Amino acid sequence: MTMIFGIPLMVLFGQLMLGLINGAFYALLSLGLAVIFGLLRIINFAHGAQYMLGAFAALLGAQYLGLNYWAALIVVPLVVGALGIVMERLLLRRIQHLDHLYGLLLTFGLALIFEGTLVNLFGVSGSSYPIPEALSGGFKLSFMFLPTYRAWVLVAALVVCFAVWFLIERTRLGAYLRAGTENPELVQAFGINVPLMVSLTYGLGVALAAFAGVLAAPLYPVSPTMGSSLLIVVFAVVVIGGMGSILGAILTGLAMGIIEGLTKVFYPEAANTVIFVVMVMVLMLRPAGLFGKEA
Amino acid sequence: MAVLEQDQNAARAGKTARRITPIGAFYLVLFVLGLLAPWVAYPVFLMKILCFALFASAFNLLLGFVGLLSFGHAAFLATGAYITGFLLAEYPGLSPALGIVAGTFGAVVLGTLFGALAIRRQGIYFAMVTLALAQMMFFFFVQAPFTHGEDGLHGVPRGDLFGLFDLSDNHTLYYFVFAIFVVAFALIRRVVHSPFGQVLKAIRENEPRAISLGYHTDAYKLVAFVLSAGLAGLAGATKTLVFQLASLGDASWHMSGEVILMTLLGGVGTLLGPLVGSGLVIGLQHQLAQSALGDWVSVILGAIFVICVLSFRSGIVGECQRWLEKRKARE
Repeated sequence: MTMIFGIPLMVLFGQLMLGLINGAFYALLSLGLAVIFGLLRIINFAHGAQYMLGAFAALLGAQYLGLNYWAALIVVPLVVGALGIVMERLLLRRIQHLDHLYGLLLTFGLALIFEGTLVNLFGVSGSSYPIPEALSGGFKLSFMFLPTYRAWVLVAALVVCFAVWFLIERTRLGAYLRAGTENPELVQAFGINVPLMVSLTYGLGVALAAFAGVLAAPLYPVSPTMGSSLLIVVFAVVVIGGMGSILGAILTGLAMGIIEGLTKVFYPEAANTVIFVVMVMVLMLRPAGLFGKEA
Repeated sequence: MAVLEQDQNAARAGKTARRITPIGAFYLVLFVLGLLAPWVAYPVFLMKILCFALFASAFNLLLGFVGLLSFGHAAFLATGAYITGFLLAEYPGLSPALGIVAGTFGAVVLGTLFGALAIRRQGIYFAMVTLALAQMMFFFFVQAPFTHGEDGLHGVPRGDLFGLFDLSDNHTLYYFVFAIFVVAFALIRRVVHSPFGQVLKAIRENEPRAISLGYHTDAYKLVAFVLSAGLAGLAGATKTLVFQLASLGDASWHMSGEVILMTLLGGVGTLLGPLVGSGLVIGLQHQLAQSALGDWVSVILGAIFVICVLSFRSGIVGECQRWLEKRKARE
């Protein structure tokens, strides 16, 4: 078998692939956070819970409504995103004029409520969601075995990330959005409904989290706590990338996944902490983050 | 985030007139109540409240008086708890006082490192950086051999204090913990009302202005951070002695959230707020644990969080103060 640095090539590529998949989730989640932060200036602490709700909605939909995977991929983000819009209208809107820290604290409280409720209803152990028929199996490549579902997750995540990037950076709606983050009053004066835009933006960010949740359901155990530990890693990714740029969130997410995967091969003990170590180094060299602008 | 100013005015008035001020009398009553409490209520429960009141006060020193929201204070609590627990368990016969000092010192060292990194960012970024750093410590504690991973350190001996007092007696230990709490609280009060504390408040209100006045705000913020981390470590070290246990629960980010809730509920930026908040949260958890609602603790805490943020942001003590001030203004 071919070896590289004393590691079998198969293992290396396998871990790289796993890292890339994790990176795709980091990218989707930090992208959602960035979109929400952009217009609402709120760090959405409920993001992990909303990701988890996405996975649960897919699971429960399949169990009780016979919702298949492909339908879930579209319906679940819409439903969870709508829930997000309701949250924004009823709760987040009331504290918009306050220090941004209150937004973080409010969404933290909401995350506790979601997580605690589902723990009580379904326990912490988690259940599994079957891989859809069409995506089972895999490709035998010359250097590794690639399960079809993982390849699909990577492609789907990248396509969605690109679509969101395109929407925000290249369309008129995105231009309004970006203008709204700079100066809401001025944009409002041009006759654009900024509050509606804020609601829709929050909905979009939440829908992205839920979409990631549906993608994750067949890969990881679906449990109420699946979002909270992931979220803190995503926060670290956000600090590394800097909140300023959409592209930064996507690229940093993928890169951190790969770095984590490589660490798993060469020094497994540090795999859980490597992203935080990178964060510390970035903070020392570029406090605003790799893609961030100095405030 | 309003501050208790009348407290300070009262102190100033007291200095000129040398009379017992209302606030001084109030603290005296609290002190006497604290001395009598273990004969009425279960001492371990009271000690738990004292430890968390100290933890919340340490956290509040940072959020309430410098305006920095640390989402990683569990790291300092756990560092204090683990170091003290490890030393006392590995070296039987070591004075518990020394163990606590070592735990506090460990938290101070960690606080210096984390503080130097975290104060490079502000606002929500500061919160996220502290949270991520604390999570790194969590994984460290999971893997480090001396913490016994998921099991934690059990049966930490309480020992004898100065060879005189047997701390295995709950009442004796209570007075030791009470003494630690009173000294630490007095220290926090002293810091808040010192010129140093005034600079901290200036930074909270308007950092660019404080900089333009010539203050090295980063140095002030770092000292406040280290102080807060050290006191949080002291709380953790004391907690280990009380429960004879140091575990991963102390390091988890839920703990960081809980201390925020205690402070927010009691009143951010008030000296008594964290005490009231921690008493309420610990009392609530204690009550709920025995009832049918036991499983819903985190949901209920989450709901309190939401209600706090939406409707009474200045907390219980803060609202009381506002009410008192309003009444005073009417007179």
